[in-house]
Amino acid sequence: MNILVCIKQILDPEIPAREFRVDAAKHEAERGNANLVTNIFCENALETALQFREAFSDTKITVLSFGAATAEDSLRKALAMKADAAALVINDKTSNPDPLTVAQVLAAAIRKLGSFDLIMVGREAGDWGAGQTAGLLAEELRMPCVSFVDRLEPMNGGLRMNRQTDSGCEVLEAQTPLVVSITNDEHNVPRIPKVRDVMMSYRQPMTQWTLADLGYESEEDKYYEIVDLSIPRKESRCEFVTGDTLDERVESLAKRITEVTSAL
Amino acid sequence: MNDVVICLLNPTSFDRAAQGLAGAGRRLAEELNAQLTAIVLSPQVPGIAREVAEVVDKVIVVDQGEYQPEPALSALTETCSQQSPAAVLFGNDTYSQEVTPRLAYRLGGAAVGDVVEVTIHEQALRVSRQVYGGKAQATIELKRTPAVLWTRSRSFVPANRLSEPGSVTELSLEIPIDTRTRIVERKRESQSEQRLEEARVIVSGGRGIGGPEPFNDELKPLAELLGAQLAASRAACDAGWVPPTLQVGQTGKKVTPDLYLAIAITGASQHMAGISEAKNIAAINTDPDAPIFKHCRFGIVEDYRKVVPLLRQKLQALQNSQR
Repeated sequence: MNILVCIKQILDPEIPAREFRVDAAKHEAERGNANLVTNIFCENALETALQFREAFSDTKITVLSFGAATAEDSLRKALAMKADAAALVINDKTSNPDPLTVAQVLAAAIRKLGSFDLIMVGREAGDWGAGQTAGLLAEELRMPCVSFVDRLEPMNGGLRMNRQTDSGCEVLEAQTPLVVSITNDEHNVPRIPKVRDVMMSYRQPMTQWTLADLGYESEEDKYYEIVDLSIPRKESRCEFVTGDTLDERVESLAKRITEVTSAL
Repeated sequence: MNDVVICLLNPTSFDRAAQGLAGAGRRLAEELNAQLTAIVLSPQVPGIAREVAEVVDKVIVVDQGEYQPEPALSALTETCSQQSPAAVLFGNDTYSQEVTPRLAYRLGGAAVGDVVEVTIHEQALRVSRQVYGGKAQATIELKRTPAVLWTRSRSFVPANRLSEPGSVTELSLEIPIDTRTRIVERKRESQSEQRLEEARVIVSGGRGIGGPEPFNDELKPLAELLGAQLAASRAACDAGWVPPTLQVGQTGKKVTPDLYLAIAITGASQHMAGISEAKNIAAINTDPDAPIFKHCRFGIVEDYRKVVPLLRQKLQALQNSQR
Protein backbone atom coordinates (compact mmCIF):
# COMPACT_ATOMS: atom_id res chain seq x y z
CA MET A 1 0.00 0.00 0.00
CA ASN A 2 1.38 3.39 -0.98
CA ILE A 3 0.38 5.94 1.66
CA LEU A 4 0.74 9.72 1.61
CA VAL A 5 0.34 11.73 4.81
CA CYS A 6 -0.16 15.50 4.67
CA ILE A 7 1.62 17.45 7.41
CA LYS A 8 1.04 21.04 8.50
CA GLN A 9 3.35 23.12 10.65
CA ILE A 10 1.54 25.57 12.91
CA LEU A 11 2.10 28.03 15.72
CA ASP A 12 2.15 26.07 18.98
CA PRO A 13 -1.54 25.96 19.99
CA GLU A 14 -0.59 25.34 23.63
CA ILE A 15 0.67 28.90 24.20
CA PRO A 16 -1.33 30.53 26.98
CA ALA A 17 -4.10 32.91 25.95
CA ARG A 18 -2.46 35.82 27.79
CA GLU A 19 0.58 35.59 25.49
CA PHE A 20 -1.49 35.33 22.33
CA ARG A 21 -1.54 38.43 20.09
CA VAL A 22 -2.89 39.09 16.64
CA ASP A 23 -1.62 41.35 13.90
CA ALA A 24 -4.90 43.10 13.13
CA ALA A 25 -3.65 44.51 9.82
CA LYS A 26 -2.36 41.22 8.45
CA HIS A 27 -5.18 39.15 10.02
CA GLU A 28 -2.68 36.72 11.45
CA ALA A 29 -1.42 35.58 14.82
CA GLU A 30 1.88 37.10 15.90
CA ARG A 31 4.65 34.58 16.23
CA GLY A 32 6.03 36.10 19.47
CA ASN A 33 8.05 33.56 21.45
CA ALA A 34 5.88 30.65 20.38
CA ASN A 35 7.37 27.51 18.87
CA LEU A 36 6.39 26.13 15.52
CA VAL A 37 5.08 22.58 15.88
CA THR A 38 3.47 19.89 13.77
CA ASN A 39 -0.32 20.00 13.97
CA ILE A 40 -1.40 17.23 16.35
CA PHE A 41 -3.99 15.62 14.04
CA CYS A 42 -1.31 15.40 11.31
CA GLU A 43 0.87 13.50 13.78
CA ASN A 44 -2.10 11.26 14.65
CA ALA A 45 -2.41 10.60 10.90
CA LEU A 46 1.28 9.76 10.59
CA GLU A 47 1.11 7.50 13.65
CA THR A 48 -1.89 5.68 12.14
CA ALA A 49 0.12 5.19 8.92
CA LEU A 50 3.20 3.94 10.80
CA GLN A 51 1.13 1.38 12.71
CA PHE A 52 -0.47 0.29 9.44
CA ARG A 53 3.01 -0.32 7.98
CA GLU A 54 4.07 -2.25 11.09
CA ALA A 55 1.07 -4.55 10.78
CA PHE A 56 1.13 -4.92 7.00
CA SER A 57 4.52 -4.98 5.32
CA ASP A 58 5.00 -3.72 1.79
CA THR A 59 3.72 -0.31 2.82
CA LYS A 60 5.50 2.90 1.91
CA ILE A 61 4.81 6.19 3.66
CA THR A 62 5.50 9.57 2.06
CA VAL A 63 4.94 12.79 3.99
CA LEU A 64 4.07 16.02 2.20
CA SER A 65 3.83 19.57 3.49
CA PHE A 66 2.86 22.90 1.95
CA GLY A 67 4.09 25.82 4.01
CA ALA A 68 6.94 28.13 4.91
CA ALA A 69 10.56 26.96 4.59
CA THR A 70 10.45 26.22 8.34
CA ALA A 71 7.98 23.40 7.62
CA GLU A 72 11.08 21.37 6.77
CA ASP A 73 11.44 20.79 10.53
CA SER A 74 8.02 19.12 10.70
CA LEU A 75 8.98 16.86 7.79
CA ARG A 76 12.35 16.03 9.41
CA LYS A 77 10.48 15.03 12.54
CA ALA A 78 8.20 12.82 10.42
CA LEU A 79 11.29 11.17 8.90
CA ALA A 80 12.66 10.68 12.42
CA MET A 81 9.37 8.96 13.29
CA LYS A 82 10.27 6.71 10.32
CA ALA A 83 8.30 7.96 7.36
CA ASP A 84 10.04 6.67 4.19
CA ALA A 85 10.16 9.86 2.11
CA ALA A 86 9.35 13.54 2.42
CA ALA A 87 8.43 16.40 0.10
CA LEU A 88 7.99 20.10 0.81
CA VAL A 89 6.22 22.67 -1.32
CA ILE A 90 7.50 26.04 -0.19
CA ASN A 91 4.83 28.69 -0.07
CA ASP A 92 6.48 31.79 -1.51
CA LYS A 93 3.17 33.58 -2.08
CA THR A 94 0.35 34.24 0.38
CA SER A 95 1.11 33.61 4.02
CA ASN A 96 -2.32 32.27 4.85
CA PRO A 97 -3.66 30.43 1.81
CA ASP A 98 -7.39 29.61 1.71
CA PRO A 99 -8.50 25.95 1.92
CA LEU A 100 -9.06 25.56 -1.83
CA THR A 101 -5.55 26.87 -2.62
CA VAL A 102 -4.09 24.40 -0.11
CA ALA A 103 -5.99 21.50 -1.68
CA GLN A 104 -5.01 22.51 -5.22
CA VAL A 105 -1.32 22.82 -4.33
CA LEU A 106 -1.31 19.51 -2.43
CA ALA A 107 -3.12 17.80 -5.33
CA ALA A 108 -0.53 19.14 -7.82
CA ALA A 109 2.31 17.88 -5.61
CA ILE A 110 0.65 14.48 -5.15
CA ARG A 111 0.26 14.03 -8.91
CA LYS A 112 3.94 14.86 -9.35
CA LEU A 113 5.01 12.46 -6.59
CA GLY A 114 3.27 9.45 -8.11
CA SER A 115 0.18 7.44 -7.40
CA PHE A 116 -1.08 6.67 -3.91
CA ASP A 117 -3.63 4.21 -2.59
CA LEU A 118 -4.39 6.12 0.57
CA ILE A 119 -4.06 9.80 1.41
CA MET A 120 -4.28 10.72 5.08
CA VAL A 121 -4.97 14.22 6.36
CA GLY A 122 -5.42 15.51 9.90
CA ARG A 123 -9.03 16.30 10.79
CA GLU A 124 -8.30 20.02 11.28
CA ALA A 125 -5.40 22.27 12.18
CA GLY A 126 -4.89 23.95 15.53
CA ASP A 127 -4.47 27.39 13.97
CA TRP A 128 -7.27 28.18 11.49
CA GLY A 129 -9.11 24.91 12.02
CA ALA A 130 -11.02 25.11 8.75
CA GLY A 131 -11.17 21.31 8.49
CA GLN A 132 -11.57 21.35 4.71
CA THR A 133 -8.32 19.87 3.34
CA ALA A 134 -9.45 16.23 3.20
CA GLY A 135 -12.75 16.98 1.45
CA LEU A 136 -11.37 19.47 -1.07
CA LEU A 137 -8.33 17.30 -1.80
CA ALA A 138 -10.62 14.33 -2.46
CA GLU A 139 -12.56 16.47 -4.94
CA GLU A 140 -9.39 17.72 -6.66
CA LEU A 141 -8.13 14.14 -7.01
CA ARG A 142 -11.59 12.72 -7.89
CA MET A 143 -11.41 10.28 -4.99
CA PRO A 144 -14.01 9.37 -2.35
CA CYS A 145 -13.45 10.57 1.19
CA VAL A 146 -14.12 9.32 4.72
CA SER A 147 -13.85 11.75 7.66
CA PHE A 148 -12.93 11.37 11.35
CA VAL A 149 -11.24 7.97 10.96
CA ASP A 150 -9.31 6.66 13.99
CA ARG A 151 -8.37 3.12 12.89
CA LEU A 152 -7.98 1.30 9.60
CA GLU A 153 -6.81 -2.04 8.22
CA PRO A 154 -6.70 -3.77 4.83
CA MET A 155 -9.63 -5.93 3.78
CA ASN A 156 -10.24 -7.79 0.47
CA GLY A 157 -8.04 -5.46 -1.53
CA GLY A 158 -9.68 -2.44 0.09
CA LEU A 159 -9.83 -0.96 3.56
CA ARG A 160 -11.98 -1.41 6.63
CA MET A 161 -12.03 1.48 9.07
CA ASN A 162 -13.56 2.88 12.20
CA ARG A 163 -14.64 6.47 12.48
CA GLN A 164 -15.97 8.65 15.30
CA THR A 165 -19.38 10.26 14.92
CA ASP A 166 -21.30 12.63 17.14
CA SER A 167 -23.36 9.77 18.53
CA GLY A 168 -20.78 6.98 18.68
CA CYS A 169 -18.83 5.34 15.90
CA GLU A 170 -19.22 3.74 12.50
CA VAL A 171 -17.46 0.98 10.61
CA LEU A 172 -16.84 1.61 6.91
CA GLU A 173 -15.49 -0.45 4.05
CA ALA A 174 -13.84 1.35 1.18
CA GLN A 175 -11.99 0.80 -2.05
CA THR A 176 -8.73 2.54 -2.77
CA PRO A 177 -7.67 5.10 -3.81
CA LEU A 178 -9.19 6.99 -0.93
CA VAL A 179 -8.73 10.17 1.10
CA VAL A 180 -9.34 9.95 4.85
CA SER A 181 -9.26 12.58 7.57
CA ILE A 182 -7.80 11.28 10.82
CA THR A 183 -8.93 12.16 14.31
CA ASN A 184 -7.25 11.37 17.61
CA ASP A 185 -7.87 8.24 19.63
CA GLU A 186 -6.06 6.37 22.38
CA HIS A 187 -4.52 4.11 19.68
CA ASN A 188 -2.85 6.80 17.57
CA VAL A 189 -0.99 8.93 20.13
CA PRO A 190 2.11 9.97 18.14
CA ARG A 191 5.37 8.25 19.07
CA ILE A 192 8.35 10.31 20.24
CA PRO A 193 11.28 9.91 17.83
CA LYS A 194 14.67 8.87 19.21
CA VAL A 195 17.29 11.61 19.42
CA ARG A 196 19.53 9.63 17.12
CA ASP A 197 16.78 9.33 14.52
CA VAL A 198 16.15 13.07 14.72
CA MET A 199 19.82 13.71 13.96
CA MET A 200 19.83 11.12 11.18
CA SER A 201 16.72 12.66 9.61
CA TYR A 202 18.74 15.73 8.63
CA ARG A 203 20.91 13.55 6.38
CA GLN A 204 17.97 12.08 4.52
CA PRO A 205 16.97 13.44 1.12
CA MET A 206 13.94 15.69 0.87
CA THR A 207 12.17 16.82 -2.26
CA GLN A 208 11.68 20.60 -2.31
CA TRP A 209 9.51 22.42 -4.79
CA THR A 210 8.32 25.96 -5.26
CA LEU A 211 4.83 26.75 -6.52
CA ALA A 212 6.39 27.52 -9.90
CA ASP A 213 7.95 24.03 -9.99
CA LEU A 214 4.43 22.62 -9.71
CA GLY A 215 3.19 24.95 -12.42
CA TYR A 216 0.66 26.20 -9.91
CA GLU A 217 -1.06 29.46 -10.65
CA SER A 218 -3.65 30.84 -8.29
CA GLU A 219 -7.14 31.26 -9.66
CA GLU A 220 -8.47 34.75 -10.13
CA ASP A 221 -11.59 34.37 -8.04
CA LYS A 222 -10.73 33.73 -4.45
CA TYR A 223 -12.46 31.15 -2.26
CA TYR A 224 -12.79 33.36 0.77
CA GLU A 225 -10.97 36.15 2.52
CA ILE A 226 -10.28 36.85 6.19
CA VAL A 227 -11.55 40.41 6.72
CA ASP A 228 -11.09 40.61 10.48
CA LEU A 229 -9.20 38.78 13.19
CA SER A 230 -9.54 39.83 16.80
CA ILE A 231 -9.26 38.55 20.33
CA PRO A 232 -12.73 38.51 21.84
CA ARG A 233 -13.13 40.38 25.12
CA LYS A 234 -15.90 38.44 26.76
CA GLU A 235 -15.08 38.58 30.42
CA SER A 236 -18.20 38.08 32.42
CA ARG A 237 -17.81 38.71 36.11
CA CYS A 238 -18.09 35.58 38.14
CA GLU A 239 -20.29 35.72 41.21
CA PHE A 240 -18.66 33.56 43.88
CA VAL A 241 -21.36 32.15 46.11
CA THR A 242 -21.18 33.43 49.65
CA GLY A 243 -21.91 32.04 53.08
CA ASP A 244 -20.24 31.55 56.45
CA THR A 245 -20.03 27.78 56.17
CA LEU A 246 -19.52 25.33 53.34
CA ASP A 247 -23.11 24.22 53.85
CA GLU A 248 -24.41 27.75 53.28
CA ARG A 249 -22.24 28.28 50.23
CA VAL A 250 -23.35 25.03 48.62
CA GLU A 251 -26.95 25.88 49.49
CA SER A 252 -26.67 29.12 47.58
CA LEU A 253 -24.90 27.32 44.70
CA ALA A 254 -27.82 24.88 44.54
CA LYS A 255 -30.26 27.82 44.46
CA ARG A 256 -28.39 29.53 41.62
CA ILE A 257 -28.34 26.29 39.63
CA THR A 258 -32.05 25.75 40.23
CA GLU A 259 -32.83 29.32 39.12
CA VAL A 260 -31.22 28.61 35.75
CA THR A 261 -32.59 25.10 35.26
CA SER A 262 -36.14 25.80 36.43
CA ALA A 263 -36.38 28.60 33.87
CA LEU A 264 -36.00 25.99 31.13
CA MET B 1 -32.08 33.00 -7.69
CA ASN B 2 -31.11 34.19 -4.28
CA ASP B 3 -32.71 31.60 -2.08
CA VAL B 4 -31.45 30.13 1.14
CA VAL B 5 -31.40 26.37 1.58
CA ILE B 6 -31.06 24.46 4.83
CA CYS B 7 -30.13 20.78 4.77
CA LEU B 8 -31.08 18.11 7.30
CA LEU B 9 -29.17 14.87 6.83
CA ASN B 10 -30.56 11.58 8.09
CA PRO B 11 -32.69 13.39 10.71
CA THR B 12 -34.40 11.39 13.47
CA SER B 13 -36.35 14.43 14.72
CA PHE B 14 -36.85 18.15 14.09
CA ASP B 15 -34.62 18.86 17.08
CA ARG B 16 -33.44 22.12 18.61
CA ALA B 17 -30.38 22.14 16.33
CA ALA B 18 -32.55 21.86 13.23
CA GLN B 19 -34.91 24.53 14.57
CA GLY B 20 -31.96 26.87 15.14
CA LEU B 21 -30.76 26.13 11.63
CA ALA B 22 -34.18 27.10 10.26
CA GLY B 23 -34.02 30.29 12.34
CA ALA B 24 -30.63 31.26 10.92
CA GLY B 25 -31.85 30.38 7.44
CA ARG B 26 -35.02 32.46 7.80
CA ARG B 27 -33.19 35.57 9.02
CA LEU B 28 -30.70 35.33 6.16
CA ALA B 29 -33.52 34.78 3.63
CA GLU B 30 -35.30 37.87 4.95
CA GLU B 31 -32.16 39.97 4.51
CA LEU B 32 -31.83 38.69 0.97
CA ASN B 33 -35.55 39.09 0.37
CA ALA B 34 -35.64 35.46 -0.67
CA GLN B 35 -37.36 32.14 0.02
CA LEU B 36 -36.25 29.54 2.53
CA THR B 37 -36.09 25.95 1.30
CA ALA B 38 -35.28 22.86 3.34
CA ILE B 39 -33.75 19.73 1.84
CA VAL B 40 -34.54 16.77 4.07
CA LEU B 41 -32.24 13.94 3.01
CA SER B 42 -33.22 10.45 4.13
CA PRO B 43 -35.55 11.24 7.05
CA GLN B 44 -35.38 8.36 9.52
CA VAL B 45 -38.87 8.77 10.93
CA PRO B 46 -42.07 9.85 9.14
CA GLY B 47 -43.56 13.27 9.71
CA ILE B 48 -40.34 15.31 9.94
CA ALA B 49 -40.93 17.00 6.59
CA ARG B 50 -44.34 18.27 7.73
CA GLU B 51 -42.84 19.62 10.94
CA VAL B 52 -40.12 21.43 8.98
CA ALA B 53 -42.75 22.83 6.60
CA GLU B 54 -44.24 24.76 9.55
CA VAL B 55 -41.25 27.12 9.39
CA VAL B 56 -39.93 27.02 5.80
CA ASP B 57 -41.50 27.97 2.47
CA LYS B 58 -40.66 24.74 0.69
CA VAL B 59 -39.50 21.29 1.79
CA ILE B 60 -37.83 18.90 -0.63
CA VAL B 61 -37.59 15.32 0.62
CA VAL B 62 -34.99 13.05 -0.94
CA ASP B 63 -35.11 9.54 0.47
CA GLN B 64 -31.98 7.45 0.02
CA GLY B 65 -32.39 5.02 2.89
CA GLU B 66 -29.69 5.62 5.46
CA TYR B 67 -26.92 8.16 4.93
CA GLN B 68 -23.93 7.04 2.87
CA PRO B 69 -21.22 9.65 2.14
CA GLU B 70 -20.86 9.49 -1.66
CA PRO B 71 -24.55 9.07 -2.66
CA ALA B 72 -25.56 11.77 -0.15
CA LEU B 73 -23.07 14.19 -1.69
CA SER B 74 -24.33 13.44 -5.21
CA ALA B 75 -27.97 13.88 -4.15
CA LEU B 76 -27.26 17.19 -2.39
CA THR B 77 -25.25 18.46 -5.36
CA GLU B 78 -28.09 17.71 -7.75
CA THR B 79 -30.86 19.07 -5.51
CA CYS B 80 -28.97 22.26 -4.66
CA SER B 81 -28.05 22.86 -8.31
CA GLN B 82 -31.76 22.88 -9.18
CA GLN B 83 -32.34 25.63 -6.58
CA SER B 84 -29.21 27.73 -7.43
CA PRO B 85 -29.18 29.19 -3.90
CA ALA B 86 -27.14 32.05 -2.43
CA ALA B 87 -26.41 30.03 0.68
CA VAL B 88 -26.72 26.41 1.83
CA LEU B 89 -26.75 25.96 5.61
CA PHE B 90 -26.07 22.84 7.68
CA GLY B 91 -25.93 21.93 11.37
CA ASN B 92 -22.82 20.66 13.14
CA ASP B 93 -23.46 16.91 13.03
CA THR B 94 -20.77 14.56 11.66
CA TYR B 95 -22.46 14.09 8.29
CA SER B 96 -22.89 17.83 7.74
CA GLN B 97 -19.26 18.53 8.63
CA GLU B 98 -18.16 15.86 6.20
CA VAL B 99 -20.19 16.95 3.15
CA THR B 100 -19.92 20.75 3.26
CA PRO B 101 -16.46 21.37 1.70
CA ARG B 102 -17.09 18.81 -1.02
CA LEU B 103 -20.56 20.18 -1.77
CA ALA B 104 -19.12 23.70 -2.00
CA TYR B 105 -16.53 22.39 -4.45
CA ARG B 106 -19.11 20.70 -6.64
CA LEU B 107 -21.39 23.74 -6.66
CA GLY B 108 -18.50 26.11 -7.45
CA GLY B 109 -19.05 27.83 -4.10
CA ALA B 110 -17.03 28.25 -0.93
CA ALA B 111 -17.41 26.54 2.44
CA VAL B 112 -16.86 27.65 6.02
CA GLY B 113 -17.44 25.49 9.08
CA ASP B 114 -18.29 26.03 12.73
CA VAL B 115 -20.07 29.29 11.92
CA VAL B 116 -21.67 31.22 14.80
CA GLU B 117 -22.86 34.31 12.90
CA VAL B 118 -23.96 35.07 9.35
CA THR B 119 -24.31 38.64 8.08
CA ILE B 120 -24.60 40.52 4.81
CA HIS B 121 -22.05 43.27 4.30
CA GLU B 122 -22.44 45.35 1.14
CA GLN B 123 -24.06 42.41 -0.64
CA ALA B 124 -21.27 40.03 0.36
CA LEU B 125 -21.89 37.21 2.79
CA ARG B 126 -19.76 37.31 5.92
CA VAL B 127 -19.49 34.73 8.68
CA SER B 128 -17.80 34.58 12.07
CA ARG B 129 -16.03 31.63 13.59
CA GLN B 130 -13.47 30.93 16.26
CA VAL B 131 -9.88 30.25 15.28
CA TYR B 132 -6.62 29.49 17.08
CA GLY B 133 -8.38 27.17 19.48
CA GLY B 134 -10.86 29.82 20.58
CA LYS B 135 -8.19 32.42 21.28
CA ALA B 136 -9.37 34.59 18.40
CA GLN B 137 -12.46 35.27 16.33
CA ALA B 138 -12.29 35.63 12.56
CA THR B 139 -14.71 37.30 10.18
CA ILE B 140 -14.59 35.67 6.78
CA GLU B 141 -16.03 37.05 3.55
CA LEU B 142 -17.08 34.39 1.06
CA LYS B 143 -15.96 35.13 -2.47
CA ARG B 144 -17.91 32.42 -4.28
CA THR B 145 -21.58 31.51 -4.51
CA PRO B 146 -23.16 29.58 -2.99
CA ALA B 147 -21.84 29.92 0.53
CA VAL B 148 -21.95 26.41 2.01
CA LEU B 149 -21.82 26.63 5.79
CA TRP B 150 -22.03 24.28 8.70
CA THR B 151 -23.06 26.10 11.83
CA ARG B 152 -23.38 25.75 15.57
CA SER B 153 -27.05 25.65 14.75
CA ARG B 154 -28.36 25.12 18.27
CA SER B 155 -27.06 28.55 19.30
CA PHE B 156 -29.40 30.29 16.82
CA VAL B 157 -32.89 31.41 17.81
CA PRO B 158 -35.49 29.06 16.24
CA ALA B 159 -37.66 30.21 13.34
CA ASN B 160 -41.21 31.40 13.86
CA ARG B 161 -44.06 29.27 12.60
CA LEU B 162 -45.58 30.39 9.33
CA SER B 163 -49.29 31.18 9.18
CA GLU B 164 -49.50 28.80 6.20
CA PRO B 165 -47.11 25.85 6.21
CA GLY B 166 -44.76 25.51 3.25
CA SER B 167 -45.13 22.95 0.49
CA VAL B 168 -43.67 19.44 0.74
CA THR B 169 -42.45 17.66 -2.37
CA GLU B 170 -40.70 14.34 -2.75
CA LEU B 171 -37.89 14.26 -5.24
CA SER B 172 -36.60 11.02 -6.68
CA LEU B 173 -33.18 11.30 -8.21
CA GLU B 174 -31.27 9.06 -10.58
CA ILE B 175 -28.07 8.83 -8.55
CA PRO B 176 -25.48 6.47 -10.01
CA ILE B 177 -24.64 3.65 -7.62
CA ASP B 178 -21.41 4.43 -5.77
CA THR B 179 -20.12 1.76 -3.41
CA ARG B 180 -16.51 2.96 -3.21
CA THR B 181 -17.19 3.71 0.45
CA ARG B 182 -19.90 2.09 2.53
CA ILE B 183 -20.97 2.49 6.14
CA VAL B 184 -21.54 -1.12 7.22
CA GLU B 185 -22.19 -0.64 10.91
CA ARG B 186 -23.48 2.24 13.09
CA LYS B 187 -22.85 2.02 16.82
CA ARG B 188 -24.44 4.45 19.20
CA GLU B 189 -22.81 5.13 22.54
CA SER B 190 -25.36 4.13 25.14
CA GLN B 191 -24.52 7.20 27.18
CA SER B 192 -25.18 9.64 24.39
CA GLU B 193 -28.79 8.70 23.72
CA GLN B 194 -29.35 12.41 23.56
CA ARG B 195 -26.67 14.18 21.53
CA LEU B 196 -24.38 16.27 23.71
CA GLU B 197 -24.85 19.09 21.21
CA GLU B 198 -28.57 19.04 22.02
CA ALA B 199 -28.25 19.03 25.81
CA ARG B 200 -29.73 21.96 27.74
CA VAL B 201 -27.77 21.20 30.89
CA ILE B 202 -24.29 19.66 30.96
CA VAL B 203 -22.27 18.47 33.95
CA SER B 204 -18.63 18.24 32.91
CA GLY B 205 -15.51 16.99 34.68
CA GLY B 206 -11.83 17.68 34.10
CA ARG B 207 -8.40 16.47 35.04
CA GLY B 208 -9.00 17.42 38.68
CA ILE B 209 -11.67 14.71 39.00
CA GLY B 210 -8.79 12.28 39.39
CA GLY B 211 -10.17 9.01 38.05
CA PRO B 212 -13.09 7.11 36.49
CA GLU B 213 -14.85 6.30 39.79
CA PRO B 214 -15.79 9.87 40.77
CA PHE B 215 -17.28 10.34 37.29
CA ASN B 216 -19.52 7.37 37.93
CA ASP B 217 -20.20 7.83 41.63
CA GLU B 218 -20.37 11.62 41.96
CA LEU B 219 -20.86 13.39 38.60
CA LYS B 220 -23.25 10.94 36.99
CA PRO B 221 -25.81 11.04 39.84
CA LEU B 222 -25.53 14.84 39.87
CA ALA B 223 -26.20 14.91 36.12
CA GLU B 224 -29.19 12.61 36.53
CA LEU B 225 -30.60 14.82 39.26
CA LEU B 226 -30.36 17.85 36.96
CA GLY B 227 -31.62 16.02 33.88
CA ALA B 228 -28.21 16.84 32.44
CA GLN B 229 -25.80 15.13 30.08
CA LEU B 230 -22.37 14.10 31.32
CA ALA B 231 -19.31 15.50 29.53
CA ALA B 232 -15.57 15.82 30.12
CA SER B 233 -12.45 17.73 29.18
CA ARG B 234 -9.81 16.34 26.87
CA ALA B 235 -7.54 15.50 29.81
CA ALA B 236 -10.22 13.30 31.39
CA CYS B 237 -10.96 11.55 28.08
CA ASP B 238 -7.28 11.05 27.22
CA ALA B 239 -6.79 9.50 30.65
CA GLY B 240 -9.46 6.95 29.71
CA TRP B 241 -11.77 7.87 32.59
CA VAL B 242 -14.72 8.42 30.23
CA PRO B 243 -15.28 7.58 26.53
CA PRO B 244 -13.91 10.07 23.96
CA THR B 245 -17.46 10.78 22.72
CA LEU B 246 -17.96 12.82 25.91
CA GLN B 247 -15.11 15.20 25.09
CA VAL B 248 -15.97 18.88 24.87
CA GLY B 249 -13.55 21.42 23.43
CA GLN B 250 -11.69 22.39 20.31
CA THR B 251 -10.94 18.76 19.44
CA GLY B 252 -14.22 17.45 20.86
CA LYS B 253 -17.83 18.55 20.79
CA LYS B 254 -18.94 22.16 20.51
CA VAL B 255 -21.90 22.46 22.85
CA THR B 256 -24.51 25.15 23.47
CA PRO B 257 -26.36 24.33 26.71
CA ASP B 258 -28.26 26.77 28.88
CA LEU B 259 -26.11 25.69 31.81
CA TYR B 260 -22.60 24.22 31.67
CA LEU B 261 -21.39 23.14 35.09
CA ALA B 262 -17.59 22.73 34.91
CA ILE B 263 -16.20 20.64 37.74
CA ALA B 264 -12.44 20.54 38.33
CA ILE B 265 -11.86 22.00 34.86
CA THR B 266 -9.19 24.72 34.62
CA GLY B 267 -10.67 26.24 31.47
CA ALA B 268 -7.82 26.22 28.95
CA SER B 269 -8.75 28.09 25.77
CA GLN B 270 -9.00 24.76 23.90
CA HIS B 271 -11.74 23.70 26.28
CA MET B 272 -13.45 27.08 26.22
CA ALA B 273 -13.61 26.85 22.40
CA GLY B 274 -16.19 24.11 22.87
CA ILE B 275 -18.46 26.03 25.24
CA SER B 276 -18.26 29.63 24.02
CA GLU B 277 -21.93 29.52 22.98
CA ALA B 278 -23.14 28.20 26.34
CA LYS B 279 -25.69 30.58 27.90
CA ASN B 280 -24.46 30.14 31.49
CA ILE B 281 -21.22 28.66 32.74
CA ALA B 282 -20.75 27.74 36.40
CA ALA B 283 -17.68 26.19 37.98
CA ILE B 284 -16.50 24.25 40.99
CA ASN B 285 -12.73 24.58 41.32
CA THR B 286 -10.13 24.77 44.08
CA ASP B 287 -8.12 27.46 42.30
CA PRO B 288 -9.68 30.96 42.47
CA ASP B 289 -7.38 32.05 39.62
CA ALA B 290 -8.45 29.23 37.29
CA PRO B 291 -9.28 30.74 33.87
CA ILE B 292 -12.69 29.04 33.91
CA PHE B 293 -13.94 31.59 36.46
CA LYS B 294 -13.35 34.41 33.97
CA HIS B 295 -16.13 32.91 31.85
CA CYS B 296 -18.47 31.98 34.68
CA ARG B 297 -21.80 33.48 35.68
CA PHE B 298 -21.32 31.97 39.14
CA GLY B 299 -19.05 29.54 40.92
CA ILE B 300 -17.55 28.20 44.12
CA VAL B 301 -13.90 27.90 45.12
CA GLU B 302 -13.78 24.56 46.88
CA ASP B 303 -12.79 20.94 46.38
CA TYR B 304 -15.50 19.24 44.33
CA ARG B 305 -15.27 16.18 46.60
CA LYS B 306 -16.74 18.30 49.38
CA VAL B 307 -19.18 20.21 47.21
CA VAL B 308 -20.79 17.62 44.96
CA PRO B 309 -22.27 15.24 47.59
CA LEU B 310 -23.67 18.22 49.50
CA LEU B 311 -24.91 19.84 46.30
CA ARG B 312 -26.86 16.70 45.42
CA GLN B 313 -28.60 16.81 48.83
CA LYS B 314 -29.41 20.49 48.47
CA LEU B 315 -30.73 20.12 44.92
CA GLN B 316 -32.80 17.14 45.95
CA ALA B 317 -34.25 19.13 48.86
CA LEU B 318 -35.05 22.08 46.56
CA GLN B 319 -36.71 19.78 44.04
CA ASN B 320 -38.80 18.14 46.78
CA SER B 321 -39.91 21.50 48.15
CA GLN B 322 -41.00 22.62 44.69
CA ARG B 323 -43.29 19.64 44.24
